[in-house]
Amino acid sequence: MPTVTMTVNGQQVSREVDPRTLLVDFLRNELHLTGTHVGCDTSQCGACVVHVDGTSQKACTMLAMQADGCEITTIEGLAKNGELHPMQAAFKEHHGLQCGFCTPGMVMSAVDLVQRNPDPNEHEVREWLEGNICRCTGYHNIVKAIQHAAKDMRG
Amino acid sequence: MPDTGAQRVLRKEDNRFLTGRGHYTDDFNRQGQAFGVFVRSEMAHARIKSIDTSQAEQAPGVVAVFTGKDMEADGVGSLPCGWTVTDKHGNPHKAPPHWPLARDRVRYVGDHVAFVVAETDAQARDAAELVEVDYEPLDAVVETGKALNGPQVHDEAPDNLCFDWEIGDKQATDDAFAKADRVSKIELVNNRLIPNAIEPRAAIGEYDPGTDEYTLYSTSQNPHLLRLILCAFVLNLPEHKVRVVAPDVGGGFGSKIYCYAEETVCVWASKKLNGRPIKWLATRTEAFQADAHGRDHITTAEMAMDKDGKFLGMRVDTLANLGAYLSNFATAVPTYLYGTLLAGQYKTPAIHGNVKAVFTNTAPVDAYRGAGRPEATYVVERLVERCARDMNMDPAEIRRRNFVQPDEFPYQTPVALTYDSGQYELALDEALKMIDYPNFAQRRQESERKGKLRGIGFSAYIEACGIAPSQVVGALGAGVGLWESAQVRFNATGSISVFTGSHSHGQGHETTFAQMVADKFGTDYNNVDIVHGDTGRIPMGMGTYGSRSLAVGGSAILRACDKVVEKGKKIAAHMLEASVDDIEFDSGTFRVAGTDKTKSIGEIAFAAYVPHDFPQDVEPGLDETAFYDPANFTYPSGVHIAEIEIDPDTGETEIADWVAVDDFGRVINPMIVEGQVHGGIAQGVGQALLENAVYDPDSGQLVTGSYQDYTMPRADDLPSFRVGMTETPCPHNPVGAKGCGEAGAIAAPAALMNAITDALGTEEIQMPATREKVWRLAQQRLAPAAE
Repeated sequence: MPTVTMTVNGQQVSREVDPRTLLVDFLRNELHLTGTHVGCDTSQCGACVVHVDGTSQKACTMLAMQADGCEITTIEGLAKNGELHPMQAAFKEHHGLQCGFCTPGMVMSAVDLVQRNPDPNEHEVREWLEGNICRCTGYHNIVKAIQHAAKDMRG
Repeated sequence: MPDTGAQRVLRKEDNRFLTGRGHYTDDFNRQGQAFGVFVRSEMAHARIKSIDTSQAEQAPGVVAVFTGKDMEADGVGSLPCGWTVTDKHGNPHKAPPHWPLARDRVRYVGDHVAFVVAETDAQARDAAELVEVDYEPLDAVVETGKALNGPQVHDEAPDNLCFDWEIGDKQATDDAFAKADRVSKIELVNNRLIPNAIEPRAAIGEYDPGTDEYTLYSTSQNPHLLRLILCAFVLNLPEHKVRVVAPDVGGGFGSKIYCYAEETVCVWASKKLNGRPIKWLATRTEAFQADAHGRDHITTAEMAMDKDGKFLGMRVDTLANLGAYLSNFATAVPTYLYGTLLAGQYKTPAIHGNVKAVFTNTAPVDAYRGAGRPEATYVVERLVERCARDMNMDPAEIRRRNFVQPDEFPYQTPVALTYDSGQYELALDEALKMIDYPNFAQRRQESERKGKLRGIGFSAYIEACGIAPSQVVGALGAGVGLWESAQVRFNATGSISVFTGSHSHGQGHETTFAQMVADKFGTDYNNVDIVHGDTGRIPMGMGTYGSRSLAVGGSAILRACDKVVEKGKKIAAHMLEASVDDIEFDSGTFRVAGTDKTKSIGEIAFAAYVPHDFPQDVEPGLDETAFYDPANFTYPSGVHIAEIEIDPDTGETEIADWVAVDDFGRVINPMIVEGQVHGGIAQGVGQALLENAVYDPDSGQLVTGSYQDYTMPRADDLPSFRVGMTETPCPHNPVGAKGCGEAGAIAAPAALMNAITDALGTEEIQMPATREKVWRLAQQRLAPAAE
């Protein structure tokens, strides 16, 4: 079996993998980083969004081997020194989550949005979230959280 | 100490969810576990001539392949329907068996045929492809409207009729129609929905041959009920040997209430494999095929009115699709959860409802967010809007004229329920103010100038939450009691563990319940932990559905708190050398009345566990359990108003504004309650505009079998909502709460469809009001003007 090497949440990891292993399964089953979730099998729901070399990707649309040599950040790597990332903090402050299952993908996706567009309006936030499904919140508080986080991230 | 009793307190559970530290079922891995995959029927209806598992058994990594014959040989029972509905001739509903693995016939696409267990999930999936099933195809029926005349789904149910049930007074209703000045009529389809919790269902079955104990990890909304059904009806296991664990669950919306084939098979197969844990994870495709679906009614409804628009009588005829087999509560949904809500918020003196429930070759249908109440509200509120149009009356005015008034509670409806309290007009007035109703005509003109069609739609809903009391539901055929339990345990150091039988899968119990308990004891909210979702840790409970958590589960907790206070008074009396009758408790302090002699509850808790000098009649410990069986349902209500704008060129319906004024009784955490409303509205909007479970009428295939085909509401399909509240406390439970989880899903479809029909000037449209349907009708509407 081929070996893949990547940096995940700042730590270098190497594993032999079955070539058909998806990145999301690699993270969950090999590295036991279970925060990244699987919600569908058609790359539609976005519960598995992680950052690959700094931008959001659906970890179910990519083979682990394709991430060879890449820098991966998962939801477990977002908080630093025990402090929630401003996006995580804003989701909590504005009740942008209920069951929490879509939340990691939603947060990772939102961080990428704000990195690209530091001051998104409501329409832009809603458009950006096209690839993430939340069944609990009606998106109302997610949109609010992201706009507030953008403000916090601008400083 | 902050008063957290009714405040926007941030959620305790959020930190673990936000950092990826939640414990959902798929996050558990058991030592030595194997993976199970189901071979599912590709046919809507067929006889199984034979199943050849030999190739699959030889595939790499395969541990075992099981079929229905193996379960039959072990005497495994049928998955039961837990609610017996008696038809209008006094006969029980038709209850054909539902085997966890099909025995000789499959009845819907996705039906369970065989179970392949292998070392890895991928190996099990590969091997499942090698199971060869020789089917003899049979004619199928999937359309609700064709069920009664369609091919026979079960030999036990002629004409595919499960039951023909009625409620209300037919003669009185006929009399009301005979004297009416005006009759309005409407025909409605309540489209079939797939719940789509974002976490797919999953299970791990684990048998311990050493202790003869079973553990089931499951995505369940009610672990105890799952255990009860497994033990008593399906696997015939001793209940004390079975533990069901369902800690973090990624949404349920009803679909995770039931005992399904999958978890049953995992538990059974683990024992067959001498205790090897077996994990099953649903793909989303499996979720579409085999999670219980919701709704699926066809209804004709009529209202008889006098010349002033006063409702005299209402007649409703409904055909309800139950799918291929009866899910646990399938029969209750279109009857006791639907027919009993047909009065709505109105004083219609005579109502008659008739419901025929049918079998079809489709996935089982059961409760989905709201369960029967959304269907009822949709009928009542679409009909009332039609009445207003027929009478040329303002839709707000016709409602106002027929509302039950605040001084008329408790109000006995003609369809069995007794409403507890409400202020329906107050919510309407508030909603009208919020939407700026007087200026709607002006906004409509502005839209017209832009070439757009603007509409406004009302929905004044009522729901019945916290299904109860046990005595009543038992008399109506329920196989369970509908109480809730709680244990409130002070630990020696003063922290509090609360064990609740209700189950949180997004509702924020860890926060709301902790607020309530901290408020009750005057203690620090951070010292209260809520424990749920594990039959090994909590007393017997009934889980979460039907917005029962705070009204029923919260009431049980308060009862247990009261018992703790009573016990604390005995200990305080001893410590303060006073009579128990003289001890008062307030804000965390026990006091001898009229003195400055006090003990804090923390001191009492410590003394309770270090009872060195307790007299004989005072037991050590500060740990009390209570069961609460409500006296009645609770009746949340409210008014939602949707204002929409249709682009006739594209058929797009834009929600221009949405106001919701809800009355949930006492609210503990407004932030959480508003979140529930938002989510509910989104699901209602999804039903009205986008979602539809479609089976091909010829082949019986599920056409909408993935997120590529079934349209889920996404962020850009929805607006931000404006939410207001009125508060009429529930008079019969100690919390005063009524329930909030389902309101949005109940209210929204009617509000939105009334707005669309208002804009289009026609009611010839059924949910989902897709762009294509709306575009066609908008073109028709504009056609005469263009000529």
